[in-house]
Amino acid sequence: MSESLLETVGIYKSFVGVQALKNVSFSMQPGEIHCLAGENGSGKSTLIKVISGVYTPDAGHIEFQGKQYKKISPIDAINNGIQVIYQDFSVFPNLTVMENLAFNNELAEGRRLVNWKRMKSIAEEALSKINVSIDLDAYVGTLSVAEKQMIAISRALMQDARLIIMDEPTTALTKKEVTNLFEIITQLKAQGIATLFVSHKLNEVFEISERFTILRSGEVVASGATSDLDDRKFSFYMTGREFEKRNFKAENVSKNPIFRAEKAGLSNHFSDISFSLRQGEIIGITGLLDSGRTELALSMFGVRPIDKGTFFVDEKPVSIRSPRDAINYDIGYVPEDRLSEGLFLSQSIADNIVISKIDQLTKKAGVLDKEQRSKEVARWVENLAIATPDANNASQTLSGGNQQRIVLAKWLACNPRILVMNGPTVGVDIGSKHDIHGILHDLAKNGIGIIIFSDDLPEVIENCSRILVMKNGTIVTELSPENTDEKMILSYML
Amino acid sequence: MMTKDTIQPLQRFQHMYRNDRHLWRLVLMIVLWLLFMAITRFSKFYSMINFQTMAAQFPEFGIMSLGVMLCMITGGIDLSVVGTANLTSILMGFLLLRLTDAAGGLPAFAIPLVFLLAILIGGSLGLFNGLLVSKFHIPPILATMGSGELFTGICLAMTNGNAVSKFSRTYAKTINNRLFDLIPVQLIIFIVMAALIWFLISKTVFGTKIYMLGTNENVAKFSGLNIDSLYLKTYMLSGICAALGGMIMLANYNSARADYGTVYTLQCVLIVVLGGVNPSGGRGRISGVVLAIILLRLLETGLNRFPRISSYYISLIWGGVLILVMVMNYFTEHKKVVFQEPTHPTLQKETTE
Amino acid sequence: MDTTRTLLKKLSRRNEPYIFLVLLALCLLIEFRSGQFFSSNNLVDIASALIVPGLFAIGTFLVIISGGIDVSFPALASLSMYATTKYLLDINYQGGVWAAILMALVIGALLGAFNGLFIGYFKLPALIVTLGSSSVFKGIMQGALNSKQLTIIPSGMRNWGTSAIFTARNPVSGLTSRMPVAFIAFVIVLLFVFFILKYTMFGRGIYAIGGSEVSAHRAGFNVVRTKVVMYIMVGMIASLAGVIRACMMQQAHPTNMLGMEMNIIAGVVLGGTAITGGRGTLLGCMLGTLLIVIVENSMILLGIPTSYRSVFTGAMIIIGTGISAYQVMHMNKTHSKRTKSKEAA
Repeated sequence: MSESLLETVGIYKSFVGVQALKNVSFSMQPGEIHCLAGENGSGKSTLIKVISGVYTPDAGHIEFQGKQYKKISPIDAINNGIQVIYQDFSVFPNLTVMENLAFNNELAEGRRLVNWKRMKSIAEEALSKINVSIDLDAYVGTLSVAEKQMIAISRALMQDARLIIMDEPTTALTKKEVTNLFEIITQLKAQGIATLFVSHKLNEVFEISERFTILRSGEVVASGATSDLDDRKFSFYMTGREFEKRNFKAENVSKNPIFRAEKAGLSNHFSDISFSLRQGEIIGITGLLDSGRTELALSMFGVRPIDKGTFFVDEKPVSIRSPRDAINYDIGYVPEDRLSEGLFLSQSIADNIVISKIDQLTKKAGVLDKEQRSKEVARWVENLAIATPDANNASQTLSGGNQQRIVLAKWLACNPRILVMNGPTVGVDIGSKHDIHGILHDLAKNGIGIIIFSDDLPEVIENCSRILVMKNGTIVTELSPENTDEKMILSYML
Repeated sequence: MMTKDTIQPLQRFQHMYRNDRHLWRLVLMIVLWLLFMAITRFSKFYSMINFQTMAAQFPEFGIMSLGVMLCMITGGIDLSVVGTANLTSILMGFLLLRLTDAAGGLPAFAIPLVFLLAILIGGSLGLFNGLLVSKFHIPPILATMGSGELFTGICLAMTNGNAVSKFSRTYAKTINNRLFDLIPVQLIIFIVMAALIWFLISKTVFGTKIYMLGTNENVAKFSGLNIDSLYLKTYMLSGICAALGGMIMLANYNSARADYGTVYTLQCVLIVVLGGVNPSGGRGRISGVVLAIILLRLLETGLNRFPRISSYYISLIWGGVLILVMVMNYFTEHKKVVFQEPTHPTLQKETTE
Repeated sequence: MDTTRTLLKKLSRRNEPYIFLVLLALCLLIEFRSGQFFSSNNLVDIASALIVPGLFAIGTFLVIISGGIDVSFPALASLSMYATTKYLLDINYQGGVWAAILMALVIGALLGAFNGLFIGYFKLPALIVTLGSSSVFKGIMQGALNSKQLTIIPSGMRNWGTSAIFTARNPVSGLTSRMPVAFIAFVIVLLFVFFILKYTMFGRGIYAIGGSEVSAHRAGFNVVRTKVVMYIMVGMIASLAGVIRACMMQQAHPTNMLGMEMNIIAGVVLGGTAITGGRGTLLGCMLGTLLIVIVENSMILLGIPTSYRSVFTGAMIIIGTGISAYQVMHMNKTHSKRTKSKEAA
């Protein structure tokens, strides 16, 4: 075997009593595309930070191109060609593309003065490395997510990177942008630059990486060539559990639709949307990131009210202009981005659960009925199996899966008849995902109409009784999950 | 929650301490200061009249602080409290002037009337702030800074910078009375307001909602809260508090002027922050704020008992205490979250790692 | 053709042209009503009235760009100005003004470092720290230094304060106005800060920190050092303003600068500086400050009693910030087409 680019040997790291990494050893060859997978809390982020010099390991060492380091500083890491691209891309939204591209370089060279001409040529050089063109004078805040990512990548390449670590790089990209990204990664490989891909998405692992390493509870549970991996093994390594597939079958479907959209439209986003939802159904609406599905979901909940067409609830036309309207029509909404739309992170689990129902938990004159409140909280903590010792703890103390259950509980507490789920399991680990799907099946059986907006195709196929595919702001087809597969849905989406 | 009753007393105390570390620190400081005063200046400090004087002095800025606290819980701030207070007191000063009869007395309905009107005026000025914040989406710090300037400007324009005085002394006398010859009326007004606000924020749905709003406005919107109305109510309450503060000032000085109490703007913010309210919203208690108000008054009055020490040192101590408390919080907070990159919400996804 | 259009488009998205237009309209209005605005002595008066607020605004601008806020600069300026004047009087100093300026700069640097230490190193919120420090500075000045108004200032300061670059005389009214030498100091500071912000990594670092502190740290900016150095600079600029004010007023008044902070911040924000940090230009900041200064100084020319001053400043802050808040809202709506919800993430 040729000399490896990077090797970690027996890394241990713990934080105030929590063992984050236990005896982690893994290695990468130059130009290798490697996927580091693991559930939330498995130690992925800690490992990245050890490699990039942010954390010092308690035991073990790192070898870089044959040289041993007991401890490396962030500067050592950069000098050794390690570059990390974080999920937020570490860009400055208030500055121009040029400055964003050139800063790192200028700082690394210890420059004190700004030479705008030089910055411009650095920026041009950086973009040319991955063959993209972005207006250098544009403010980064006005760019799309993919463009920001391109900036982060080309910036990293300017530092003579040998290894680029990407933290969940595809989360906010459209399908086309993902393809684009993968092309660039392949290009980099040709130049001998290795990529460490941090992800928990199965299809990505298969699509791009040559080798994989899976962490669970801070330990390496599997490592090898991606070709040896399959769907079932992957989830088993990730969670340590086996899952049986449970395809959803709609039962007790009501005759009349509980919700119906007729020629609904929102300018610039979608138009001529008609569909109906009956009690007991779970329908899936899928499409690319720019297909208008997110906006449709937001319209149903009144965040971005439709400007054409009509929504009907119980066959009566309704005007949904705000989330409050939607709630009055018994519509609940589980948002796409839990952190900025779903949860009051620093507030208690209890308050998060009752907040939307809180006006009903009163004695009189708006005085909170403590007893009723705690009953309600206890009920949902139990029903949804939210794992917490005390509902008064802040919700940020919980894992992603449990947090998603809180959001779900918030809406279930309002007794919704229609549940709009925009990406119900984004950022949720496989185990919780499975459980949440189970909860959805039960809810549908109890007569709630559910709409899942998602681009997670296996999720849609497994959990929906009907699938609507959106493209360019319209519904292009309706499919039945029994006689469809991912390929077929994709062909309609693209 | 349900397990609480079974916790041992000692653990319970620890639990209480840990939850309210900040409050206990304030209590400790008050106790230490009281001890210090007892040792050094017992007779001059520990007298009924001294405590009564203090109790009559602090309500004017104390009540204003309560309003600022509410705004800060929602993630905002109210820098217009002094402007509101002065505008109210000047308007009411004019009214009292009109009502004053030849003999220098006031009709019986005068005092209830001015208080009622003051509440209305304060409420509408606060409503104006609330509109700027909720409907026009102006950052609260700027909106209230501007409106504070505007209110002060109206005061100046109306009075040319002169004091409004010479109205019947009956008003000042009434407010400076003591209930049962013991409790100053100012203190009673403060207690009533404090109790009302305590009730509002800890017992009612409104309270829970403004804490949520202050934690994350967007999530509040997605949770179906009526954000605009919450802001309007909060700033209205703050306006009412400020107006009452102004009415107490009117009594304490027996006059009203555009530039009375200008130092109170920042002092109120200081009190609220020292009381443990998080300036970015969502956290803070009225008990902390009340303790901070009391601490300020005790320090200031205590210091006055040392004639050789300039009373101006109070502002030094005051600023020092604020920074000290913040630094102490910094150390305890940072012990709690050792390995978390701060400030960035997206990074908190995997904090458990 | 095309380039002029893109230039126009770019300009229309910036704030400066709007403030400039408002400023122009105001000037023309005053000129129209009084015929005195564009007279040489009035312009000189306005320029000399701009010096102290202008210097304060430069410091405040730096702080706001970095994502902070500073309410302590009037107290800081008062303290270093007072300490300097008092000391020079006590030693019966007879030399030039440079000693006063130098000493004030040193004190200003120390006091600025105090702010910088808590904001930069302990990462405490700037509003709270500067609230606290302004209280501390006031306490030191009024308590420890037992400050009283000093009606006599050292001769060097006195002479410098009255010396003029040139004197403008209004041929109609016969009034004359001196352009103080201090104006040069103001211009030097302005150019210096402009250079720092535009052509040094330190200056770009201030913008970068205001945009995203985490990113700045990762890019390799020394966030703590940048902040501390910046607050030291701000302290020095404020102290300079304090000394200049004492020289121009021919007396050292310990408290009459206090309370200026709100108007200064208002001017900076009116100039299009985002209160959340990272966005804004020095030009806009100066235009905003000029607007406030003109309103404060020229109301008499308009025949409006000076007691209406605050009404106008207040209304201006509300309208100005209201418009920019509206712009932001509008931009988000049209721009948020597809990146919308993800961008928050």
